[in-house]
Amino acid sequence: MTLAPETTTLRVQLRLAGPDGTDDDWFAVCDLSVLMPGRGVAALLPDGRQVALFLDRTGRMYAIDNRDPFSGAAVLSRGLTGSHEGRPFVASPLLKQRFDLASGVCLDDESVRVTTYEVRAR
Amino acid sequence: MSTTAPVGTGPRPTIVLVGHGMVGQRFLEALAERGLTATHRVVVLCEEPRPAYDRVQLTSYFSGRTPEELSVTDMEFIAEHGIELHLGDPAETVDRAARKVTARSGLVVGYDTLVLATGSFPFVPPVPGKDAEGCFVYRTIEDLLAIEEYAKARATTGAVVGGGLLGLEAAGALKGLGLATHIVEFAPRLMPVQVDEGGGAALLRTIENMGLTVHTGTGTQEVVTGDDGAVTGMKLSDGSTVATDLVVFSAGVRPRDQLARDCGLTVGERGGISVDDQCRTVSDQRVFAIGECALASDGRVYGLVAPGYEMAETAAATIAAETAPTETADEAAFTGADLSTKLKLLGVDVASFGDAHGAAADCLDVVYADSRSGTYKKLVIGPGGELLGGILVGDADAYGTLRAFTGSVPPIAPEQLVLPAGAGAPVQLGPSALPDEAIICSCHNVTKGAIRGAVTEHSCTTVPEVKKCTKAGTGCGSCVKVLGQLVTSELEASGVEVDKGLCGCFSQTREELYEIVLALRISSYQQLLDRYGRENARGGDGCEVCKPTVGSIVASLAPTIGAEGYVLGGEQAALQDTNDHFLANLQKNGSYSIVPRIPGGEITPEKLIVIGEVARDFGLYTKITGGQRIDMFGARVEQLPLIWARLVDAGFESGHAYGKSLRTVKSCVGQTWCRYGVQDSVRMAIDLELRYRGLRSPHKLKSAVSGCARECAEAQSKDFGIIATAAGWNLYVGGNGGATPRHADLLAQDLSDAELIRLIDRFLMFYIRTADRLERTSTWLERIPGGLDHVRDVVVDDSLGICEELESLMTAHVAAYRDEWAETINDPEKLSRFVSFVNAPDTPDPVVGFVPERDQIKPDLPLLTIGTRPLEGSAQR
Ligand code: SRM
Ligand SMILES: Cc1cc2nc3c(=O)[nH]c(=O)nc-3n(C[C@H](O)[C@H](O)[C@H](O)COP(=O)(O)OP(=O)(O)OC[C@H]3O[C@@H](n4cnc5c(N)ncnc54)[C@H](O)[C@@H]3O)c2cc1C
Ligand code: SF4
Ligand code: FES
Repeated sequence: MTLAPETTTLRVQLRLAGPDGTDDDWFAVCDLSVLMPGRGVAALLPDGRQVALFLDRTGRMYAIDNRDPFSGAAVLSRGLTGSHEGRPFVASPLLKQRFDLASGVCLDDESVRVTTYEVRAR
Repeated sequence: MSTTAPVGTGPRPTIVLVGHGMVGQRFLEALAERGLTATHRVVVLCEEPRPAYDRVQLTSYFSGRTPEELSVTDMEFIAEHGIELHLGDPAETVDRAARKVTARSGLVVGYDTLVLATGSFPFVPPVPGKDAEGCFVYRTIEDLLAIEEYAKARATTGAVVGGGLLGLEAAGALKGLGLATHIVEFAPRLMPVQVDEGGGAALLRTIENMGLTVHTGTGTQEVVTGDDGAVTGMKLSDGSTVATDLVVFSAGVRPRDQLARDCGLTVGERGGISVDDQCRTVSDQRVFAIGECALASDGRVYGLVAPGYEMAETAAATIAAETAPTETADEAAFTGADLSTKLKLLGVDVASFGDAHGAAADCLDVVYADSRSGTYKKLVIGPGGELLGGILVGDADAYGTLRAFTGSVPPIAPEQLVLPAGAGAPVQLGPSALPDEAIICSCHNVTKGAIRGAVTEHSCTTVPEVKKCTKAGTGCGSCVKVLGQLVTSELEASGVEVDKGLCGCFSQTREELYEIVLALRISSYQQLLDRYGRENARGGDGCEVCKPTVGSIVASLAPTIGAEGYVLGGEQAALQDTNDHFLANLQKNGSYSIVPRIPGGEITPEKLIVIGEVARDFGLYTKITGGQRIDMFGARVEQLPLIWARLVDAGFESGHAYGKSLRTVKSCVGQTWCRYGVQDSVRMAIDLELRYRGLRSPHKLKSAVSGCARECAEAQSKDFGIIATAAGWNLYVGGNGGATPRHADLLAQDLSDAELIRLIDRFLMFYIRTADRLERTSTWLERIPGGLDHVRDVVVDDSLGICEELESLMTAHVAAYRDEWAETINDPEKLSRFVSFVNAPDTPDPVVGFVPERDQIKPDLPLLTIGTRPLEGSAQR
């Protein structure tokens, strides 16, 4: 008899509604192993919204809206990431504006921000 | 016949300038600077069909500089200052009593002040046959056009009469036109005026080694012609004959003083209009003479442009002082000038400065000669140890510094200044050792003090800014090297922190990072950042500037440093720009375009059909690009692998339209089909495209090959462009279309296939090594110290001894090349990234939609606008 091998695969989860505490608010997106440090992927939410997910080199994850507010295209997940004065950011691949991954604020135009999502792996 | 206002009745006094050469133009600028164009009417009579151009750089016409590019006249300047410029209308007579000038067209202009700047004419010795068809002089753009036409149509051999400075330049031009070239010089050595016997010997050896035939110590007795009256040869005074189809007389120049003679102005015994210290003619207070037509108060006629400029300034200052006399005004004067020259003749550096022949009493020589390398250097030292002058042949690097020290005692022993690097203690005599009064640019008389002022007071931080501010370096260009050193040392001295760092993460330049990666074989970006990044950037995530830059450096060097060559492999994948990450170009709505490689623009009907079928099956918008290939737009990210599977199967590979790498090598149809073609341009273009495909570089690389000088492939607008000649290939570099177009410069000519490829290998690798991020070859060539000459020294003459390394880097690249798309479609792990959504791989991005236009598709932009901020400049009107 063989036992199913114990799986260590962690799933990346996004919090959808406001933080009212139930585990149902968390939406599983993909395996953590799919994420590449320094790059993003896009995920589709049940209501049609798109999220860009990133992993930095220390293993921290970030999630922001995938839509680039400057062009309208859903491409932020394809931008290059980096850190500026300790703030993690992604640069839009279209016209290169940078967005703070933690706050969603555009570093090049503080009047613009994108939605951020809570993200965890378990 | 038209007559303008007679004398004295005009509202403003009139200045008439006869001759619009380099000195004439400088005079106009000097008038404008002093406000005289506002207070005076200025009329210019110009004999040539075009406004003033750079005669000093005339020969660069043969290396691709167009007549327009040679111009030194800004037509906006002429218009803005209300200058009346009459082209192609020489002055024919001057009536000094009535104070009026009559031009060939019949135009009569009254003057209050007349300035003659009529320059020189080439002296043609009165030998029989001198006017035959095929005889030319070398002075104007029209002369060069005529020589070029004749040489191409009916000459294989050419001879230059005169082995002086201009004669050697003309000989270089003939050789460049592909003619077997002779030089006939009456004196016992070449360049008798500038160099001494030793220098002449070094020059002779080098020039003969280049395949030119030199006849010294003999004169031309007769030009021999054939039945049709065209030149067939020359008889020399030593009894020998030279068979030649074309003769260029370059036996010196004579001042053009006929107009002055005819109106009774005093001229010198051997010609030249006699002027005083203010450049006024000695015969008439109202008439000035400047430039090469003037006989200065020191009894000399100056055949160089710098003294001419000084005379132009002097005359303008004198006229200004007359107009508005102030007690404090310095009296401008021209009493003589330095005759220093530095030239690159036929690729040999030749310079002489100060008292080059040691005419001063009690002077001593310091001589260094190496006949193996064709180097000869002599310094003339005065009794007090002061540097009086010198001659440099074969290696004139020290010229700028030495010239500036002339007249003073240099801070180090003179022999150390002429010894080659490596012999004895190498001494770097930097420009910081120079006194402020030292003239750095002798063309424009700019002192070290003025250059320092440009940096410290006018906040110039780059050589181009300093050039603009001071005019230094805009003449013969020989001072640019010293200028660069001076600007840098001045910036450093004044504490300006010039942060040359690549970005907020690295304080190194791209070039320095390249050296680190190469020397230490670091292929991991994180390692590089943590070890060599700025203190506060270590341990961080880098940024969007340095990541792709390092990605590109590692990709260029991959085979040599043992790194992953595949741009999507390992850690490399995270560094690539979006386009490289998906091996396609991102479009405005998030879709991608696909450009398969079509080497040289040559494509079989079968492949064309495959492209048509793929485009049809995937509904892609299809367009012929400006790069002789086909672009298919509107692919969703998940379609890319499917499309490429079809293309790879049909024998296509990535066209790298997305990468900072080789784009296309365009070609014309060439010799195979075209009646004019002299080489197979298509084959060469394909060979080059296949050789350099996939080569990652600081910016994109474009190339083209034309089958003849008609240049249908536009090679001279490319990073490296090749034009076929009867004898092989001419290689041009540094061309650019785009935002700031630049004509490419000729790097080398008449190369065999193998020589061409070797040179391009070296050139590209040297560019990749030293260029800045996103710096095309054009801007790189303009930025790097020494410019084209330096690049030629490095890649042609191997002055840094790195050519072997450059070649082996390229060999490694060529051997390691693999098609990125073929590799990707065979790697399931990589393919899994080509999805719109990680959690819904089969769902397309709903924002990517299309609507029809002209029987094809275009992006459905309204789909993007929901919740979108208007882009800058796209506001509603
Ligand atoms: C497709 C094409 C236009 C066309 O429909 O013909 C094109 C399209 C683009 N060009 Fe181009 N250029 C195209 C030929 C040219 C040419 C003509 C040529 O190569 O003969 C030039 C001028 C020549 C030159 O580069 O010297 C040209 C000068 C530029 C420049 C300005 C470069 C410069 O040095 O000033 C840019 C911007 C840049 O690279 O920074 C640019 C950038 C672009 C980009 C990549 C803009 C971007 O980042 O999205 C466009 C991508 C389109 C896409 O998504 O596929 N494109 N572009 C041509 C593709 C040629 C090919 O087959 O690879
Ligand atoms: C190939 C070449 C290379 C050279 N290299 C160097 C160098 O490296 N360094 C250096 O210092 N110098 C060099 N020179 C010399 C330099 O070009 C001249 O010293 C300089 O051009 C003199 O300027 P100018 O205005 O006095 O005369 P020019 O440039 O000769 O201009 C005189 C103009 O007056 C016009 N003209 C004449 N008569 C009349 C008339 N009656 N009416 C109207 N117009 C008239 C002529 O057509 C001409 O356009 C070189 C010259 C040549 C030809
Ligand atoms: S460049 Fe010359 S060979 Fe090529 S197509 Fe044009 S005319 Fe013919
Ligand atoms: S010395 Fe000729 S440009 Fe400066």
